[in-house]
Amino acid sequence: MADYELIVGFEVHAELATATKIFCGCSTEPGAPANTHTCPVCLGLPGVLPVLNGAALEHAVRVALACHCGISSPSIFERKNYYYPDLPKNYQVSQKRAPFGVDGWFDLEVDGTVKRISIVDIHLEEDAGKLVHPEERSAAGYSLVDFNRAGVPLLEVVSGPDLRSVAEAEAYMTAMRRLLQYLGASDARMELGQIRFEANISVRPVGTETLGKRVEIKNLNSFRTVTRAIEYEMARQIDLYERGGAVAQETRLWDDARGETQAMRSKEESHDYRYFPEPDLVPMVFTDAYLADLAAKLPELPAARRTRFIEAFGLPEYDAAILTGEKTIADFVDAAVALGANPKTVSNWIMGEALRLLNEKGLAPDALPITPRALADLIALVDDGKINANQAKQVFAEMFDSGAAPEEIVKARGFAQISDVSALAAIVDAVVAANPDAAAKYTAGDDKPLGFLVGQVMKQSRGQANAPVVNALIRKKLRGE
Amino acid sequence: MALSREEIAHVALLSRLHFTEEELARFTEQMNDILLHFETLQEADTSAIAATTHVVPMVNVLRDDVPCPSLPPDTALANAPERVDDLFKVPRVVE
Repeated sequence: MADYELIVGFEVHAELATATKIFCGCSTEPGAPANTHTCPVCLGLPGVLPVLNGAALEHAVRVALACHCGISSPSIFERKNYYYPDLPKNYQVSQKRAPFGVDGWFDLEVDGTVKRISIVDIHLEEDAGKLVHPEERSAAGYSLVDFNRAGVPLLEVVSGPDLRSVAEAEAYMTAMRRLLQYLGASDARMELGQIRFEANISVRPVGTETLGKRVEIKNLNSFRTVTRAIEYEMARQIDLYERGGAVAQETRLWDDARGETQAMRSKEESHDYRYFPEPDLVPMVFTDAYLADLAAKLPELPAARRTRFIEAFGLPEYDAAILTGEKTIADFVDAAVALGANPKTVSNWIMGEALRLLNEKGLAPDALPITPRALADLIALVDDGKINANQAKQVFAEMFDSGAAPEEIVKARGFAQISDVSALAAIVDAVVAANPDAAAKYTAGDDKPLGFLVGQVMKQSRGQANAPVVNALIRKKLRGE
Repeated sequence: MALSREEIAHVALLSRLHFTEEELARFTEQMNDILLHFETLQEADTSAIAATTHVVPMVNVLRDDVPCPSLPPDTALANAPERVDDLFKVPRVVE
């Protein structure tokens, strides 16, 4: 069997983080009761006039600029005509011949090396409604439509066929989602369908240059699904070629339950969209000054932020990569450091307790229930010697659960740290007297009983003893060190 | 360039229009008459003119991103042929 090379390109759809829909003032808030965010414009009633949402336009242009795209000026909207019950107008307003962004690139880091991925175009369109299919599978079955999502601004980023492995595909998805979040263009929450992926997949024998027939895979709802679908589709296509068959250029749907892709019931006409300019929306023209201003105001992007965390905060590369992986976490670190906390200490809390508790409770990183202020205050309590490390962990866990301020928790729990040497020395004397065997062993040179003795002192002090001070006191008392 | 009866049937299908054989024949002829007229228009030299995408001399018409009240669901669903609760009911679609 010949060796085959995988070739993947993506169409990434992201719902933009606007308060209202793309062409009307209906809210985009997810989770509302069915058909409560609709109006004559997004229901496609006759005689209405759509007007472009300025915030959606700005998001689209900023993403295009961040991806080094040329900006079409004028940019125009077109009608993409097809019939489906989730599309009330029987056309989707989209962009085809003059999208906002064209011919850009995106630097993707995979395993420490940077690969430049081409961005074919970035265009703005409207989302469709949501179809609900009731359980019954009878011929007389029906579907239900909720148009709350119809008209939500959707940005589509189309990449070139530049990805060559599952690892690269995964890195691209993660990095593109991160970029959209850093730009504030989309919340990009997968579980809410705010970011969706369609993969174009083909294979070719290693060493050949022509691209094989590509298959477009739809219905990919999670990163893991995309990975599985790519692996399945790669094997299917290789198998076809090996058996002397041919891959048909088609759209296939991922069936997650069966773990396979299936050809869509293809109607020959389904891709004949008959695009034409949308007469109800006027062209967009951009001045150089406007574009330069937007470009200058782009926020710090993930790679730059990671470098800053390493150089300005002195964090290890490993910490910096994890902390900047999620924008909300990176924002948290910046805010806590701005409040005076030591960056490495903040990093240790986030990478340790915070991520552990998030993971344990099945929460996403953007659901971190504590504030930068609370963490900075907690760190200050430890630095000032008011509580010890062990108590701090308990306070952190309680902050995480209740959202209470650290000082309140310390007060309510009666936490305090005893650092006073004479007070601790009295407890040490009592513990040594009560445990003569352990004390004798330690004096004789066996280090093992030290932990036990410190633990006894901690217990006697109800966990409030300053552990390093206790250590020093025991060493001094028993070994004269 | 002339359109065939099959091409007209295809365009009709795309537009979800159902024509009788007699209508298909008549519309094929009429569509070809219209195309002939465009052939006349194509004699004009437009090489120096950008394609017209819009006839109104306006650009950059934008709206502020401020929510407005939506319709009450009963109004939104007033024209629905059928409904289940506050959802539009349509013939079953799969894919």
